[in-house]
Amino acid sequence: MSTTALYNDQQGGAEAAVEAGQETTATISSGGAAFGLFSTDFKKNEDLKEMLESNKESLKLEAMKRIVQLISKGKNASDLFPAVVKNVASKNIELKKLVYVYLVRYAEEQQDLALLSISTFQRALKDPNQFIRASALRVLSSIRVPIIVPIMMLAIKEAASDLSPYVRKTSAHAIQKLYSLDADQKEHLIEVIEKLLKDKSTLVAGSVVVAFEEVCPDRIDLIHRNYRKLCNLLVDVEEWGQVVIINMLTRYARTQFTSPWKEDGIFDESEKAFYDSDSEEKQGQREAKPYIMDPDHRLLLRNTKPLLQSRNTAVVMAVAQLYWHLAPKHEVSIVTKSLVRLLRSHREVQYVVLQNIATMSIQRKGMFEPYMKSFYVRSTDATHIKTLKLEILTNLANEANISTILRGFQTYVKSQDKAFAAATIQAIGRCATNISEVTDTCLNGLVLLLSNRDETVVAESVVVIKKLLQTQPTQHCDIIKHMAKLFDNITVPMARASILWLMGEYCERVPKIAPDVLRKMAKTFTSEEDIVKLQTVNLAAKLYLTNSKQTKLLTQYILNLGKYDQNYDIRDRTRFIRQLIVPSEKSGALNKYARRILLASKPAPVLESAFKDRDRFQLGTLSHSLNIKTTGYQELSDWPATAPDPSVRNVEVIEPVQEWAPSLGKAKKPKSDKFYSDDEEDEKEEEGSGSGSEDDSSSSSSSSSSSGGSSEESGSASEEESSGDSEKTSSDSGKSSSGSEVSSSESESKQKKKKLTKKATPRKSKQTAADSDSDENGNGPVGKTSSSSAESSSDSESDSEEDSDSDSPAPQKKTVAKTKPKVEVKSKKEVSLLDLDDFSPAPPSAPKSSVFSSSLLSDLEGLSLSNVSSAMQVTSSSFGPVKTYELLHHMTGKGLSAKYHFPRQPCLYQPSMVAVQVILTNSSDHSLEEIHIGDRSPGSLNVHCFNTVERLEPGASVSVSMGIDFSDSTQAANFQLCTKEDQFSVSIQPAVGELLMPSTMKEPDFCSEQKKLMGMNETSATITMATANTSKQNISKQVLSVANVGVVSSDQNNLQRFSGRTVSSGALVLVTLELRESSTALLTINTEKTVMASMLLRDLKQALSQA
Amino acid sequence: MINSLFLISHSGDIFLEKHWKSVISRSVCDYFLEAKEKAGDPENVAPVLQTPHHYLISIYRGKLFFLSVTQTEVPPLFVIEFLHRVADTFQDYFGDCSEVVIKENTVTVYELLEEMLDNGFPLATESNVLKEMIRPPTILRSVVNTLTGGSNVGGTLPTGQLSNVPWRRAGVKYTNNEAYFDVIEEIDAILDKSGTTVFAEIQGVVEACVKLTGMPDLTLSFMNPRLLDDVSFHPCVRFKRWESERVLSFIPPDGNFRLMSYHVSSQNLVAIPVYVKQNISFLETGSCGRLDITIGPKQTMGKSVENLTVTIPMPKSVLSVNLTATQGTYTFDLTTKVVLWDVGKLNPQKLPNLRGSISIQTGSPKPEENPSINIGLQIQQLAISGLKVSRLDMYGEKYKPFKGVKYVTKAGKFQVRT
Repeated sequence: MSTTALYNDQQGGAEAAVEAGQETTATISSGGAAFGLFSTDFKKNEDLKEMLESNKESLKLEAMKRIVQLISKGKNASDLFPAVVKNVASKNIELKKLVYVYLVRYAEEQQDLALLSISTFQRALKDPNQFIRASALRVLSSIRVPIIVPIMMLAIKEAASDLSPYVRKTSAHAIQKLYSLDADQKEHLIEVIEKLLKDKSTLVAGSVVVAFEEVCPDRIDLIHRNYRKLCNLLVDVEEWGQVVIINMLTRYARTQFTSPWKEDGIFDESEKAFYDSDSEEKQGQREAKPYIMDPDHRLLLRNTKPLLQSRNTAVVMAVAQLYWHLAPKHEVSIVTKSLVRLLRSHREVQYVVLQNIATMSIQRKGMFEPYMKSFYVRSTDATHIKTLKLEILTNLANEANISTILRGFQTYVKSQDKAFAAATIQAIGRCATNISEVTDTCLNGLVLLLSNRDETVVAESVVVIKKLLQTQPTQHCDIIKHMAKLFDNITVPMARASILWLMGEYCERVPKIAPDVLRKMAKTFTSEEDIVKLQTVNLAAKLYLTNSKQTKLLTQYILNLGKYDQNYDIRDRTRFIRQLIVPSEKSGALNKYARRILLASKPAPVLESAFKDRDRFQLGTLSHSLNIKTTGYQELSDWPATAPDPSVRNVEVIEPVQEWAPSLGKAKKPKSDKFYSDDEEDEKEEEGSGSGSEDDSSSSSSSSSSSGGSSEESGSASEEESSGDSEKTSSDSGKSSSGSEVSSSESESKQKKKKLTKKATPRKSKQTAADSDSDENGNGPVGKTSSSSAESSSDSESDSEEDSDSDSPAPQKKTVAKTKPKVEVKSKKEVSLLDLDDFSPAPPSAPKSSVFSSSLLSDLEGLSLSNVSSAMQVTSSSFGPVKTYELLHHMTGKGLSAKYHFPRQPCLYQPSMVAVQVILTNSSDHSLEEIHIGDRSPGSLNVHCFNTVERLEPGASVSVSMGIDFSDSTQAANFQLCTKEDQFSVSIQPAVGELLMPSTMKEPDFCSEQKKLMGMNETSATITMATANTSKQNISKQVLSVANVGVVSSDQNNLQRFSGRTVSSGALVLVTLELRESSTALLTINTEKTVMASMLLRDLKQALSQA
Repeated sequence: MINSLFLISHSGDIFLEKHWKSVISRSVCDYFLEAKEKAGDPENVAPVLQTPHHYLISIYRGKLFFLSVTQTEVPPLFVIEFLHRVADTFQDYFGDCSEVVIKENTVTVYELLEEMLDNGFPLATESNVLKEMIRPPTILRSVVNTLTGGSNVGGTLPTGQLSNVPWRRAGVKYTNNEAYFDVIEEIDAILDKSGTTVFAEIQGVVEACVKLTGMPDLTLSFMNPRLLDDVSFHPCVRFKRWESERVLSFIPPDGNFRLMSYHVSSQNLVAIPVYVKQNISFLETGSCGRLDITIGPKQTMGKSVENLTVTIPMPKSVLSVNLTATQGTYTFDLTTKVVLWDVGKLNPQKLPNLRGSISIQTGSPKPEENPSINIGLQIQQLAISGLKVSRLDMYGEKYKPFKGVKYVTKAGKFQVRT
């Protein structure tokens, strides 16, 4: 009873004291005199001291808790040091820990007193419990007192050879602490690092690499012999260690391996990846010295890949940057999906990842293009996220997607976030310069923005228009005139200055307006901003040179005003200009050249990304994020011209792993083991150590299916496999020897994959993996070499999937005619195999979707929403003459000729397809059999083929229909037209008008829809029509011949309206023809698809001007 | 790596500091506070900042800034990820991550931070390991502790850190052995004015609550794993098994954890569960506008839509709104200008409607852009992607666990442009 009472009492008192203390601190700190703290706090600290010196553990604990609270608030509690340090040897763990916290915080300030605690730690370092040893070392090394450096050094050395990996890990951390305390110890510390680098525990690996990076990042030589071990341990290291190791290995690899990119410059896409032995022959014919990736280089890439699936965003980013800096160009794209996944994480993560994507997307558009939608801006995003997304969208813009992007930009411009709206305008400007097709559209849009209510938007538009006009000094005087008109209303100095500059630069194009603007400026000169004044002086000078009659006096007036301006810049400029343009005795020779100086043609500014120069930094680093070189940043070196000796990474004797924890090496990757079996040297080593590691691998492999033995020394399994493999490969035409190591688990997985693909493909077979391999090889009677090479390369876990992907169509072409059914099955199978393969870059190709769970797809398709609003419906009928195009001439087609036309009917197969009618005629003297469409290259347009025509008699002709999804572009559909013997490459390129389907709508609907599609979505031109075409009927006939649109009935006589929708996306296309006097007409097209609009405009113009 | 950590409240008050290397004066935060002032909205503060001698990396969670100071090159994501892990740990320990809670538990927070980093490098970030060393505070324990003088710090030292399954503590015992999995999917979508989907995708997570005795080895398989386009896993999942067999094989951590998160292949069409008929217009003349919103079910697979909310951030010039809702209640926040309409359960027979007038500050121009509408909703017992768990098997232990799977679909960033 008494205890409790006492306790409560004391507690209450202490609490009051704390409160009082807090109050005083608050008042004092506001007064700015922190010194007074001690005197007023005296009472409270006395109180705490008493509590600490009492015999009750609970009181001590309570006191320590309060002290820690003080520390956490940043208040000074250093005067309690003597009282606290006495408790360092306390039995109570919590109390002890809190004392440690205190000690570490104040030891630096109270060095002498801190020494009192050292002996306790020294004793604890010998404790039988590993945790006590570790925590003693941790605290000891955290006490920043220079006197104890020798003690720390000794302790670290001892701990580095401790039996417990946990203690060794702690010693790795201690190395950095000691180094920061006393850099003179470097040499000794490097010795310890060297020792710890050899450690095989996953626990130690991360920490020692951190120490390495901090103490001696340039001692690359220490890594050599641990390189393979680090690669193999990587998956099992804790996530934070993974990040550090991956970053370090990136740097290492850049110094040790040759560039895998060299090839890319020489060969085109399809011939990039010849690292595999089976393709070496082919390559040898073309290029003398092939690039072969160092197996260690491949090992690194392979072992880091699974980490892309980590939940830790830093790990994913680290792997992504590793691939970006080290992988062959075509493999980099496997990181895309994971990076895009990170965008769903926290705002801060998004920020950093977007920065990195921005840098990547400048160099490699293709990588992120399929994921464009992920970069769409949301109104809820933070401003810096929005601007980064905008940056990326701009980088990704190309002819195909620009209309979508611009449509998005139109929404963004209206954003309430004005900083973002301004950034959008900049982005539009960049798109306009990069993609010439939309320059005019963008300019028009920007001019519209000039009448925006918001000033920042207007100002930004002016600045961007100025830049655009400069890059395209064609006839844009309309815009300049328009801007001159707006000039009075624009108040933002930058914008005013820009307009003045434009006037001056193109004063000869607007001879009437420019002097008038100058006149206005003369009036307001004194009240303008400096930047505007400077440009006024410029304008005056330029006008003086071109049109001195009108502007001489004005110029002199302005120059006089400038002479007495307050700003010396302006006075300077005025003096300079006066000397330059006004002839006088002093001015001399320069005067003659004044015109050439001032009106020289200026190079257009390049509108480029702000991330252009960031690629000088390693991705994912702080330096990259801030775009400055931070302290401690390690440059990524260039690839060496010739690789340093790879044998330095060889390890002679490998002992079986002595793990403290029984099965620490779980989930080792058999893949990597395989890799070494290539290498003769390594194989020998493995043989040597095989006996030692056998039990190791067998025990671990039994524990879980994913484990295949630990690290490189488990050669036993791999040897079995490689022997099995060699048998197999010898039965293959003996071509691929190293390419086809399939581990047991892998072949199992292959089998699974095959099963899965078989579900998707009609073929049923139940062989084992090995069987099916040989079976397939046996099945291919013709073109055996080509098929087997494709087979082996796709089966093997080698690097050439890409290669076989792009290569395989070529040999198939030869065989396809003769062994049609077989090859078809095979090719299908191959595609799906490749899709599932390790290194296939996320393919947005058609075959994949067929593999994807078709049932669900169809389920959802039924539910899909129609995006056509109910007011308007697409009609099918339209009249007009049918144009027939030649698909295949009978000379090239060896008797088979084909013609096609667009029947302008909705396609039966899929609504997004354009129907095409093909007429096949046999003009040879023998009958043709099995006319069908052969396989298409993956990634081409989606084509619905016609059914095979079994037999076509001489002279006969047959009409078949097919559907092609052009996805609203005039890209040609390429495919093979095959007969039993031959195959011919043909292509159908649609006129833009055929990509439309008519839609009926009433005039009011038309007008309202048209209003929605103003601005950038409007394209118009004045055309002169042939006299024959002036009647209303003739016009519609001509229009309908060009485009598959519907007539909108109208009661206005001089207006003709047509409406249609694009077949694929259903975007509305509205055509208006306004007749004017003397057979001219204004043709306007309103659609979201701006590229289509300009093409359609061209076609219509041509048709209407012809008789 | 990480030198110091400062916790700064929404208003700019630095209420906790912790140093892992030499002490860095809290005056370094001034640079940050300046940037925060400039940015206005705390969301707009750049996460990575530079000062003359230090680099500041910060996150914003639960109205708190976690500001870390570093002096040398470090991958920014490394720090950001760690800071979020710290915030997650606080959430896990105290049920909330706010200023009040952290101030209440300063000592525990300090002990945690001490264990999580050593010399600025993460040491123990697994919740299971931490909980063995520092017990989360509960009311019962704090009462017991005050009476007995016991402590929150575990008497035993953690074993998890050393084992090959560092995420699971040893010697777990339960009388009721159970394993629950929640498949939670979120639809992120942008719909345009006419209701056409501009962009839609499904993100999902599998949250697990596993309370099993001993060292169970679980295998979770899906009916249709091919739906999953991109996945990331808790470190416990064996990646090789997933690659080869598309099953999740793992020794689970004890308690609640996120087993995996995934993204559903973009090739599949995303079913949009509701449609929104809206008409928001501001009159050119006069200072008012009209608003009319109706929501109806679209593709709900026969399930009912619950917890339906509609959030409309109005333009700044809007003074007040006068609306009537046929169902649920609406509120208008005068400072943030956000209309929040809490609809509740969607009744397909009688579609909820919100209509009325908006009044705008006199004299201010008509807003250029109509506000976008954000939808929140929940559908129980449905994973909108069609993902289904097929079975859960347990190896390594003898007993029969109780198993359960729950599906929920939610709206993520679901936005309707107007």
